[in-house]
Amino acid sequence: MNERHKEPSEIMDDGVEAALSRLTPEKIQAVINSVLKGETGARFKAYMDTCIHCGLCSEACQFFLSRDRDPHYSPVGKVKQTVWPMVKNKGRVDTDFIRRAVRIAHTECNLCKRCVAFCPFGIDIAYLMTVVRRIIHKLGATPLYLQDTAHSHASTMNQMWVKEDEWIDTLQWQEDEARAEIPSLRIPLDKEGAEIMYSVIAPEPKFQAQLIYQAAAIMHVAGVDWTMPSDIGWDNSDMAMFTGDYEIMGRIKRTHFEAATRLRVKKIVMGECGHAFRSVYDTGNRWLGWAQPPVPIVHAIAFYYDLLKTGKLRIARKYSHPVTLHDPCNVVRGGGLHEKARYVVHQLCDNLIEMHPNREHNYCCGAGGGVINCGPPYKNARVAGNRVKAEQLFDAKSRGAHTLIAPCHNCHSGLHDIVHHHGIDLEIKFFSDIIYECMEKPDGSE
Amino acid sequence: MTSLYAFVAGPLAWAAFLFFFGGLCYRLLSMLRQVRQSEPFIFSYMSLRYSLRSILHWLIPFFAMGWRRNPILTGVTFIFHISLIAAPVFIVSHVVLWDEAWNLSWWTLPDAVVDVMTLVVVAACLFFALRRVLRPEVRFVSDASDYLLLVLTAAPFVTGFLAYHQWPAGPWMTIAHMVSGELLLALIPFTRLRHMLSGWLTRAYIGSEFGAVRHARDW
Ligand code: HEM
Ligand code: SF4
Ligand code: SF4
Repeated sequence: MNERHKEPSEIMDDGVEAALSRLTPEKIQAVINSVLKGETGARFKAYMDTCIHCGLCSEACQFFLSRDRDPHYSPVGKVKQTVWPMVKNKGRVDTDFIRRAVRIAHTECNLCKRCVAFCPFGIDIAYLMTVVRRIIHKLGATPLYLQDTAHSHASTMNQMWVKEDEWIDTLQWQEDEARAEIPSLRIPLDKEGAEIMYSVIAPEPKFQAQLIYQAAAIMHVAGVDWTMPSDIGWDNSDMAMFTGDYEIMGRIKRTHFEAATRLRVKKIVMGECGHAFRSVYDTGNRWLGWAQPPVPIVHAIAFYYDLLKTGKLRIARKYSHPVTLHDPCNVVRGGGLHEKARYVVHQLCDNLIEMHPNREHNYCCGAGGGVINCGPPYKNARVAGNRVKAEQLFDAKSRGAHTLIAPCHNCHSGLHDIVHHHGIDLEIKFFSDIIYECMEKPDGSE
Repeated sequence: MTSLYAFVAGPLAWAAFLFFFGGLCYRLLSMLRQVRQSEPFIFSYMSLRYSLRSILHWLIPFFAMGWRRNPILTGVTFIFHISLIAAPVFIVSHVVLWDEAWNLSWWTLPDAVVDVMTLVVVAACLFFALRRVLRPEVRFVSDASDYLLLVLTAAPFVTGFLAYHQWPAGPWMTIAHMVSGELLLALIPFTRLRHMLSGWLTRAYIGSEFGAVRHARDW
């Protein structure tokens, strides 16, 4: 903590540097033009031609607001530093430019789309940043840590290099643990014809196996007919979406949907993750050619909402501490789940202390869009780039909030870093933590 | 002099309208063609209901979060755009020209009102220019073309105002007014001023996506 904070421009990323050392101006130009000409279309052109350079989008961006309104961090400012010169110079840019573009597109934009709601023309700057990322991917210059997750997806079909036996072992281990509490509980593997396939992100079996335990307990108590795949397709996460490696993104999404089809389930329920929802519900299925997911996809928030609303889950005693709720961009601006999330909060807790702005106008946690996955080199810059969130959290804390509910893995980690860095005394929880703690457990297991 | 006037009022005016309407049509068609060629999925996401929902919400001043966070600009841009379109369309001297040429005529605004609107447009352009210089985040994304667009936009209004008030007396200001107006019309489809067409479409697309897929407000 004592070391001098690096300026973002001083951060060195070994993966990026290695790639840059191999690039030539010709290669850079060829790649940029192949993407701009071959992979963009009317939308890109309309955004470029319509933007009147008014700067209204600036107010939207947590980076801009947190960095003392430095214009380099405004949404249109990021476009100016990346897309405009590429287009204007017909791809003739140097490696220093690419280094800067990597930093901007990968670590200074969360692809949160907040700016869309601030631009009078609805220009989707997140989309423009993904075009830059696609170019960077094709140049092989994706930040090292993020690229590692994409490699893992490509070779294991999950984000965390989890091997097949590890996966099954973890499920059995959690089942064993849970049976000590609820003896009749099962984690049904490969149950064909079940109503629901439950999928998670790979960090769950890797680091947070108790979340699988909790999910199993909730499924069991609610009497849900569910299953999990033992084979590939169990991981719904997708870092390839954020590296711009859409070929891999397509493969992992297809694998995920195919697991559901193989099991002949009616729908997929997914854990509390935002980016995975974006991938399954929006980005990945589009790449595969479906306007809507081929198997209906239900985010945990909507799932808990249904269980509570229909009385399949009952709350034995409400959570005693005042809570505040973080709206994850990907399920709020990405799926409109903010009111359902509030319903779930009110079922669980008596005292919700809202942060402002909230719902569709929330600030991103700063981790989203793969920014946190760019790893340790960028961590301090990331936290510094989201002072506005820290201020929101401080404010909620000062109004009595004790627990911060963050129904998204990325948000969890990003908020944890912010809370930790600023010493904000908030306990961060998933919905499932609180539901598990507060629900009626009819097996008399308590 | 009269032949110059005749040229500016005749062939040049024709050319300006041709460029304006032809250019906008061309822009629209080439955009639709490009969507069909490279991003046909856009059609499957477009929804009339959500397009209109988004556009209507953004047409209300100070309603969208983006407007509310920039109240002064919002106020200025609304009266600027209303005046910008209303003044030339409803000024008596223009309607008379349409009437003489095509026997078309419509409702007009009193000259005094148009005079104020003209000043509003010019003042707003000055405001936009000043804002470009003073606000760091706007200055950062500005180049000469942004100021040129402001000059291009303001020119017919400045010259129109001067011509109407006969400063200086004589036909020159009127000719300058006509030429600058024709230049503006002709260039709209070929500069970022084409936002007058494309802005509705980008809004409609994002409104559809937010409405039908994301189930979230985009204002
Ligand atoms: C009829 C449809 C039109 C719509 C919906 C529209 C909408 C907008 C919006 C939302 C802005 C951004 C806010 C701002 O900076 O003020 C803007 C800016 C602007 N528009 Fe329009 N506009 C239209 C037509 C036009 C036309 C016909 C012109 C010029 C002849 C024009 C000239 C400008 C200028 C000069 C700016 C400000 C640029 C700056 O900030 O420097 N607009 N317009
Ligand atoms: S998408 Fe989010 S992080 Fe990126 S520029 Fe827009 S507001 Fe900023
Ligand atoms: S608000 Fe929209 S038009 Fe204005 S600078 Fe930002 S992206 Fe461009």
